[in-house]
Amino acid sequence: MSDVYEALQKIVGEDYVSNRAEERYFYGRDPGLMPPHEPDYVVMPKTTEEVQEIIKLANREKVPVTPKGGGLALTGLVIPLKGGIVMDMKRMDMILEVNEKSRYVIVEAGVTHGALKSYLQKHHFHLRHSIPDSPPIATIVANAVIHGQGRLTQQRGFNSDMVSGLEVVLGTGEICRIGSCALSSQWFSKGPPLPDLSGLFLGWFGSTGVITKLGMKLYPCKKIREVMLFLTDKVDLVPEIIRKLTHTEMVEDIVVAAQPIPPRFEGIVSILLFITGDSEEEIEFKRRMAWEALMVYFESRDGGFVSVTPNMKPALLAMPSKDTAKFADVSKGGGFEYSGPIAPIDKYPAYLEKLEELALKYKLIYASATRVIDGGHSMMFSFSYTFNRANPDEMKRAKVALDEAAEFALEEDGVIWKPNINEQQMVMERMDQNTLILMKKVKQLLDPNGIMNPGNWEVK
Amino acid sequence: MPELKFDKTKCAECKAISCLVKCQYMDFKDRDRAKKEWQKVINGDNSSVLEACTTCYACEEYCPFGNHPFYMLVERQEEKGILPAPRPIIKMWINQCQPVGRFIVGKVEEKALSYCFLPQFNTLVKGKLFDGIALSVIFGQEFFCNAVYLHYAKASVIKDRLPKIVENIKSQGIKELVCLHDECYGTFTSLAPAYGIDIPFKPIHYYEYMYNRLKELKDLIKPLNIKAAYQRNCSARLCPETDHYVDDIFGLIGVERVKREYDRDNALCCAETIRMAKGPAMADDLQKKNIDDMVKFGAKYCVFNCPACYDSLAEKVAKAGIDPIHMIDLCRLALGEERGQKLHLEGMPVLRAAMEDRQYE
Repeated sequence: MSDVYEALQKIVGEDYVSNRAEERYFYGRDPGLMPPHEPDYVVMPKTTEEVQEIIKLANREKVPVTPKGGGLALTGLVIPLKGGIVMDMKRMDMILEVNEKSRYVIVEAGVTHGALKSYLQKHHFHLRHSIPDSPPIATIVANAVIHGQGRLTQQRGFNSDMVSGLEVVLGTGEICRIGSCALSSQWFSKGPPLPDLSGLFLGWFGSTGVITKLGMKLYPCKKIREVMLFLTDKVDLVPEIIRKLTHTEMVEDIVVAAQPIPPRFEGIVSILLFITGDSEEEIEFKRRMAWEALMVYFESRDGGFVSVTPNMKPALLAMPSKDTAKFADVSKGGGFEYSGPIAPIDKYPAYLEKLEELALKYKLIYASATRVIDGGHSMMFSFSYTFNRANPDEMKRAKVALDEAAEFALEEDGVIWKPNINEQQMVMERMDQNTLILMKKVKQLLDPNGIMNPGNWEVK
Repeated sequence: MPELKFDKTKCAECKAISCLVKCQYMDFKDRDRAKKEWQKVINGDNSSVLEACTTCYACEEYCPFGNHPFYMLVERQEEKGILPAPRPIIKMWINQCQPVGRFIVGKVEEKALSYCFLPQFNTLVKGKLFDGIALSVIFGQEFFCNAVYLHYAKASVIKDRLPKIVENIKSQGIKELVCLHDECYGTFTSLAPAYGIDIPFKPIHYYEYMYNRLKELKDLIKPLNIKAAYQRNCSARLCPETDHYVDDIFGLIGVERVKREYDRDNALCCAETIRMAKGPAMADDLQKKNIDDMVKFGAKYCVFNCPACYDSLAEKVAKAGIDPIHMIDLCRLALGEERGQKLHLEGMPVLRAAMEDRQYE
C-alpha cells in the first residue's frame, strides 16, 4: 500500500496527501451519528486531471475512493466505509465563469456556498443562487449530489434541479461532460434537449464518479427581501395553508417550523414566508396577496400574521439561517442530526405527530423546519433531534428515534433524503425490482471495479 | 383572584359616554346609542363594541370618572370568549412572557430601573442620564408587567401573574422603581389599583426621572432647535397625567412639539397591534394618516415613548423623511451624546444601498 501513497504523492505533490493518524481520524467521521471508519489515505487534488489520475490509480490498485465536499450531510455519506482514499475536493475552489445573460455560474467541486454568495454579492449583486441552510462551508457540488435544498427551492425545485451542466470523472477514469457543455461552450442546460445524463451522478453520493465542475443556474437577486410570519395552532390546517400560499406564486421560500423551545413556540406552528421585490410596491403587493390567501384563517381566528419587528429580521433573513447551529447546542454538547424525508405535503400533520411522539418516547428535544419544494409538489420534513455528544446514551436514543422516523416516513409515502447506508437498504428493499436492477446496471457500467464510495447504493 | 373595581352607577349617571363617543375607531357620535351599547357591555350582554374594539386603551383616558371602561371591556371580552386577535398569536404571547424562574438583574439598589421585558433598553440606557443607576436594573419575564394581555382579552393572565411580579420586584429590595416602559408605570399606577393589588414600592415614570436629571445637567444641554412629532402609545392612556413631562422635557432641550391633529388625547396608536387583530388594511390606513399628519405639520423628528411603537413605525417614518428617535436618545442628543438606537435597514433598499455603497440597476 506504500506504493499507493507514493503514487498519490506523485499525482498531487507531497503536501496534499496524508496517511497520518490525525488526518485519518478526522476524515473517518462526520458530525452525525454514523459510526466512524478511517481511510488509509487522504488526498486533495487541484485539477480534473489529478482527479482522473487518482481514479485510474484506484482502479489499478482496487482501492476505494470516497469524494468529500464539506462533509456536512450528517448521514455518513463521506465516511469511507471500506477505507481507501478520501478525496477532499476543497482545493478545487475556483469560480470559473459567471454568465450574466444566461444566468449560470461554473464552479469547481470545492467551491462553497459561502464563497459563491460572497463572490456574487461583490461582482454580480443582481444575481443569486439557492443557498442551503447548512453552514457556508457546504460545497455546491456536494449539496447538488445529495439533492440539497436552498432558499430558492420553493420556487425552483431541488438545488440539483438547478444544475446546468457537469464535468465528471467516471469511476473508470474517463472525463465526461454532461449537458449543453458536452457540445457547446456554454453551460445552460444539464440535459434538455439531449438525454439528461446528469441523473447518473446526482443523488448517487459519488458512487458512480467524481464531479469536478458544475454549472449552476443563477436567479435574479431582487433589491428587497422581506419575511412574514404566520402562526397557527391547528396542525391539520398546515397543508391547506401551504396550498393557498403556493397558489399565489408570490412567495420565494416557505419554511414551516415547529419546536417546543423556546417556550413561545410551544403548541404553535410557525410558517415563515419570504418575499422579494424590486420596489416597495412589489413587496406590498406580494404581502397583500399572502394576507388575502390566508384571510379565511385570520377571520376564523385559527391563524394570523405576527408583526416581524426590526430586531427579529436580521436573524430571519440570514442566509444561511443560523437557527440550525443554535438548535444543535440546545442539549449543550453540540450534537444534532435529522432525518429529512421528502414527502407529500398532506402528510405534514402525521409527520409532526410522529416527531413529537418519538421525542417523548426517547426523551429528546426536537425541532422541525420543513421546507416546501417546487411550488408545493412536496416538502422536506425534518425529524430533528439535538443531543449531547458527551452522553452516549442520549446519542443512542437519538439514533433509534431517527431510525424509527425513517421507517415511519417510508410507510407514510415519503422518500428518505440523503439516506445513510442503513436507510439506503430500507429504501432499496421497498423499491420496484426492475428499478433496482436498472440501478445495479448503472453502477456496474460506471464503476465496474466497485471502488467508488463503496457501501453506498449497493444493490445486493 | 383580584377583581376589577368598577362602579356601574358612575356609568349609569354619565352623560358624556366619552369612552365610546370619543373612540377614534368606532362611530358612536350618537350619545344615546353609545349609552345603550355601553350598558350592554356592562350588563354582560352581546355588544358590537366587544368585537370592534381595537384595544387602543384610549377610553381609559377618556373616562372622566376613572371608572376603567377598558378594563371592564376586556373582562367582558374574556367572559364571552371573544378573541381580539388570532388564537395562536394570543397563545404565543402568553407562552413567551410566562415567568420561568430566572431573575435577570443587575446590581439592584433601592432605586432601580425596570427594562420591563424589552431588550431595546440595553441600547438606550447609556450616558450621563443614567449615571449612578444604570447598573441597578431588572429585566425579563419575572418583572414583566403583563399589561399587554389587555390587547388579548386575557385579564385572567394579568390577575394571575401580576401579584407575583409585584412580589418579585419587592423581593429585590426595591423602594423606587423607574419604569422605562410606561406600560409598567401604567400597570402599577392604574391597572394594579383597579384590581386592588397593592404596590409596595414607588413607581416613577422615566419621563419624570429624565426631566429631573436633565435639570441637574442643564449646563450641558445644547438646545436642539428642532420640530418633532410626538408618538403617543397605547399605555400612555393608562397614565395621561405624565404627558406634561413631554412638554417639560421638550422645553428644556429646545424641541417644538408640533401641534398636529393626532397628538394628545386624539393620538393614533402605532397600529401594529391593530394589524394583528384587525388586518393590514386598517393598520396601513391608520399608519398612513398618522405619518401624513407628521409631515403636514412640518415635523423633522418623530419622538417615541415606547420601543414597540418605534419598531412598528420607525422605518415608515424614515421613508417619509422624518427621523425616528426614542425620547431617551433625543435627550442624549441634547447632552451632546450619540444615540444608541440605530434604524434597522432591512426592507429599506434606498437607505440600505446608500449605507452599503451599492448601486442597483
